[in-house]
Amino acid sequence: MLGQQLVNALSLGCVYALFALGFTLVFGVLGVINLSHGAVFMLGAYAALQVVTRLGLPLWVALITAFFVSALVGLLIDYLVLRPLRKRNAPHLIPMIATIGIAIFFNNAAQGVFGAENLRFPPDLLPEAQLHFAGVQVSVIEVAIIVLSFALMAGLLLVMRKTQLGRALRATAESPKAAALLGINVEGLFYMTSATAAALGGVSGVLIALYSNAVFPLMGQPMLHKGIAVIILGGMGDIRGALIGGLFLGFAEVMSVAYIGSTMRDAVAFGLLFGVLLLRPQGMFGKVLERKA
Amino acid sequence: MMTFENFWQIYSNLVLTVGVNALLALSIWLTLSCGLLAMANAAFMGIGAYTASLLTMNVGAPFPVALAGGIAAPTLVALLIGGPTLRLSGVYLAMATLGFGEVVRVLILNAESLTGGALGLNGIPQLTQWWHVLVAVIVVLLLLWRLRRSRIGRAFEAIREDTVAASLMGIGAMAHKMLAFALGAGIAGLAGALNAHLTFFIGPSEFGFDRGVDILTMTILGGTGGLTGPVLGALIITLLPELLRSFKDFRTLLNGAILVLIVLFLPKGLWDPQRFKGWFARAPRAGARSPRAGSPPPLPPAPQPASGGPR
Repeated sequence: MLGQQLVNALSLGCVYALFALGFTLVFGVLGVINLSHGAVFMLGAYAALQVVTRLGLPLWVALITAFFVSALVGLLIDYLVLRPLRKRNAPHLIPMIATIGIAIFFNNAAQGVFGAENLRFPPDLLPEAQLHFAGVQVSVIEVAIIVLSFALMAGLLLVMRKTQLGRALRATAESPKAAALLGINVEGLFYMTSATAAALGGVSGVLIALYSNAVFPLMGQPMLHKGIAVIILGGMGDIRGALIGGLFLGFAEVMSVAYIGSTMRDAVAFGLLFGVLLLRPQGMFGKVLERKA
Repeated sequence: MMTFENFWQIYSNLVLTVGVNALLALSIWLTLSCGLLAMANAAFMGIGAYTASLLTMNVGAPFPVALAGGIAAPTLVALLIGGPTLRLSGVYLAMATLGFGEVVRVLILNAESLTGGALGLNGIPQLTQWWHVLVAVIVVLLLLWRLRRSRIGRAFEAIREDTVAASLMGIGAMAHKMLAFALGAGIAGLAGALNAHLTFFIGPSEFGFDRGVDILTMTILGGTGGLTGPVLGALIITLLPELLRSFKDFRTLLNGAILVLIVLFLPKGLWDPQRFKGWFARAPRAGARSPRAGSPPPLPPAPQPASGGPR
């Protein structure tokens, strides 16, 4: 029983982590709380759904489509909205509000185009088989989500730590001006980060839509709220933190559902968030960034 | 007169909602004017709405008492959570207060015996008269206008511009932040109490993330430079869905697009006295009051096109 709960917690935690990776990447590099990440996540799921149901193509094509569609959306958001705000040197509250507008726009556009109802992927898309392992059941999509979140996080960390690109990104996150003076193409990195984060968001949208078997226009909003909790728990802008925060939130929620009752699930998540902010505002693993005059 | 009565019958709710939203926009403006991005106003509104409704429905308290309760309860909560919360700044404060808002929403959802849970409270007596809302808006406007010109208002501005420098000059930053936070909570609670006795029904989903975002949007859209901005923003955000009715399914979509366009092209919001001055070069009245008293949070003095219009 406990084993099953742990596996459930692990897969739920990885769902959160997968969503939070792109979210935290944008905050880490651009310093923007991108509240349109949930909408991009939803667009990815719809794109994949169209490919699968309208064109009848296999799932891997749908995943690739979702990847590129959402990357394009992310690029457009950055080019049309975030870049002008960067140029103007707007305080960080302003891009956040702009992304709220973008989210409203896409959520309602999806509702207008695809309707408000809950759509599903065709049932024969994934192998039905549940994997049994020491008395614990895992579905194929859960395994995929778990493997992918760990792999993506490892990949991102590797890029950030070991490559020239990662060094440039970290320098840009530290100070865009200084990075530009050192000959780093800061604007290019910003575009790339926005597109990558959006692509991650879109792919996680497909996976999570498969996991919960639901595609609907507002599917990104609850994830967004959880994503906020995750990146705060893990430390904002911290890639490891996205996974650790996601897992922590997943465990806390599953355990509270199992042992307290399902209604308090969200209270646990946000209570945790509130508590962590009061005790360790830099997140459980974030570094202290005290700025004194 | 007939036409007015007709108009009032159809639109009275809308007009009063403008008033309630203006109160909400002013409540978040107050904390913004102190440099705090606190997003808990929807939750405070909810606390006020539930307190006041429960007072009239369960205790049978007269309306003024219910309103007072609706103001007092969120103020108290703000004083309680303000201590630890207001040490945070910037994005962290925004996130903490958003988290607090969700906690409040979930608690309301789960305290079923008292709050009716997800079904909400039904059959709240419709005690709010149109003039209650009007008086509330005027009193709050006068209070904030007076506050802005006072020592406290100048302290808020100093804290917003540079907290460390302000406290070095002997301004009690924490006490002032607490005052702004608690007063904002009280105003939001008043709005909630008035609204609850206007709409007959309240439910926990009304006081969630989306409402919080709405409140912030109104203020940013209108402009944080003064008291006119939030009221104007509330007016527009409330009326926009009605005006865009002919677009049917896509009207909320336009809401989002308009928000993005405003942020992009009118960085200081719609109501920006400095931009207006640019239109009537050398407006004589402007000298008397510094238009900077309450300009938006930490906009750096980076070069900005004076017009701020579409490029």
